[in-house]
Amino acid sequence: MDNQIGKANLEIFAETLLQEAKLDNKIVVVTSDSRGSGKLVPFGQQLPYQLIEVGIAEQNLVGVCAGLSAAGKKVFGVSPSSFLTARSLEQIKNDVAYSNQPVVLVGISAGISYGQLGATHHSIHDFAVLRAINNMTIVSPADNFETAEVIKQSLNYDKPLFIRYGKKPTLNLHKKGQKFEIGKAIVVNQGDDIVLIATGETVQRAYLASQILKKGGLNSTVISMHTIKPFDKETFLEAVSNAKVLISLEEHSIYGGLGEMCASILSQEKISINFKILGIPDEYMINGSQSEVLDHYDMEPKKIAQLAKIMIDQ
Amino acid sequence: MDIKQLKTKSLEYRKTLLEIIYNSKAGHTAGGLSCIDILNVLYNDTLNITPDNFNLLNRNRFIQSKGHSVEALYTVLCDQGFFKRSDLDTLNKFNSHFIGHPTRKIFGIEHNTGALGHGLSVAVGMALAYKMDAKPFKVFTLLGDGELSEGSVWEACTTASKYRLNNLVVIIDRNNLQISGDTELINPIEPLDKKFEAFGFSVKKINGHDIASLKENFNANTMDENKPNLFIANTIKGKGISFMENIVSWHHRVPTKNEYKLAIDELEVEIDQNG
Repeated sequence: MDNQIGKANLEIFAETLLQEAKLDNKIVVVTSDSRGSGKLVPFGQQLPYQLIEVGIAEQNLVGVCAGLSAAGKKVFGVSPSSFLTARSLEQIKNDVAYSNQPVVLVGISAGISYGQLGATHHSIHDFAVLRAINNMTIVSPADNFETAEVIKQSLNYDKPLFIRYGKKPTLNLHKKGQKFEIGKAIVVNQGDDIVLIATGETVQRAYLASQILKKGGLNSTVISMHTIKPFDKETFLEAVSNAKVLISLEEHSIYGGLGEMCASILSQEKISINFKILGIPDEYMINGSQSEVLDHYDMEPKKIAQLAKIMIDQ
Repeated sequence: MDIKQLKTKSLEYRKTLLEIIYNSKAGHTAGGLSCIDILNVLYNDTLNITPDNFNLLNRNRFIQSKGHSVEALYTVLCDQGFFKRSDLDTLNKFNSHFIGHPTRKIFGIEHNTGALGHGLSVAVGMALAYKMDAKPFKVFTLLGDGELSEGSVWEACTTASKYRLNNLVVIIDRNNLQISGDTELINPIEPLDKKFEAFGFSVKKINGHDIASLKENFNANTMDENKPNLFIANTIKGKGISFMENIVSWHHRVPTKNEYKLAIDELEVEIDQNG
């Protein structure tokens, strides 16, 4: 397959939601001065009565979303993931998750998308904190297809849902006819000895690493674990059952995210495998663009491939 | 329901509230007594929220943002027929849904509250939804006064004002006490009327224990049609039981056997006098 670059998932989200909202006036978007960064300016222009602007007030945004939802609206709360999942964590926990309102919370510019803007703007904690909240589904789509699909499926999803993505164009990873289901991981390609499991925008890095490995004669499985919770244990266990090496990648702290989820399952299932977790280490993060920082923390495709080769020889 | 009947309800509700707190050995006693007259008038006169219409989308709504006064809400909902009186005997017991803060596991509870400063935003969202669809329903919410230190309350006010939510009715249970003492010593919130007026509300100070006044003020016809409405209901924490009134320790104290008996005796006398 050619490596085709798509659009930013952010744009796909906004386009998909606008299309759907034109067909269903129950769909309401709530923004916290985030319509520009959320690519929702056209939405606001075309469907002004379906967009509620609360200003820079994320706690209020989440509470208002819960109220709109309780009164029958299909609500999308859109705000930078860093603020949405830290500042409004209690509203997410109580007013959405505990109160079981099927609000869709969309964390834009997630992970380290804001690059040089620094730690205040990064959300490398969101998987960890939301995983610990009962009744939250967490989805981190890898590419345009997964983003469009999760938005469409979210319309009929009857539970609280958090979706996060970045703002850079992503590789189109999936073949035509691929199916998408919240909670069901996608095997992007299948190989023997090596499993690369990733989520969100790190899946394309795993995919590029698998291409490098293939040139070196090593076949690898690449899993897009787009749904962090509920975790698709079945697909994961099947993939690792015969593998020798497992590497997980995430644009998130190495604590509390995809890697630790894998580690937990492996240990409780008594599966022994040479395993490495890649993510943002527990340190004052180095400054740089999203791409530079991910490269720096060993998530550059060639470094992933090198690591896999070293591990397979261990 | 006429004023006399409502007054009797208030006294009976106080008895039930004390009984369930006494039996379960836990609860927020005095704050429940300060807001029970408000809840009484809302559910028996204003809201028209019933077990029959509760599962409908289109109806008035009530969110108790000061969730800790849940025993007062359970008492009133039970009387409205949302659940059996015997269900309240499970209050605070292992595996009971009747816990110390409102939860939607209980039929009749609109929204899960307990952490303060949440209810107003949710009420704003509900009121927005009704306004977007031009539906004639109102959303009422009851806040404590200590709760007003939460910044999220004021965030919600800005949205209520921006969207001119004339279908939103906020009631402040202004009993002047919070868990550590006088609200104006803990973190002053006055002048409340001027603050809420500046935030775009139509504000009215009312007596939160005067049944006739509550009934009149909660009537839709007497409210401002261009702004969100807010009532500062002046109340007495522990209202109705002489030795609990304005005593900060009754925030979540449970009466002893003797205190419980004295309290019930006081209420019985009042019930007799009310005829």
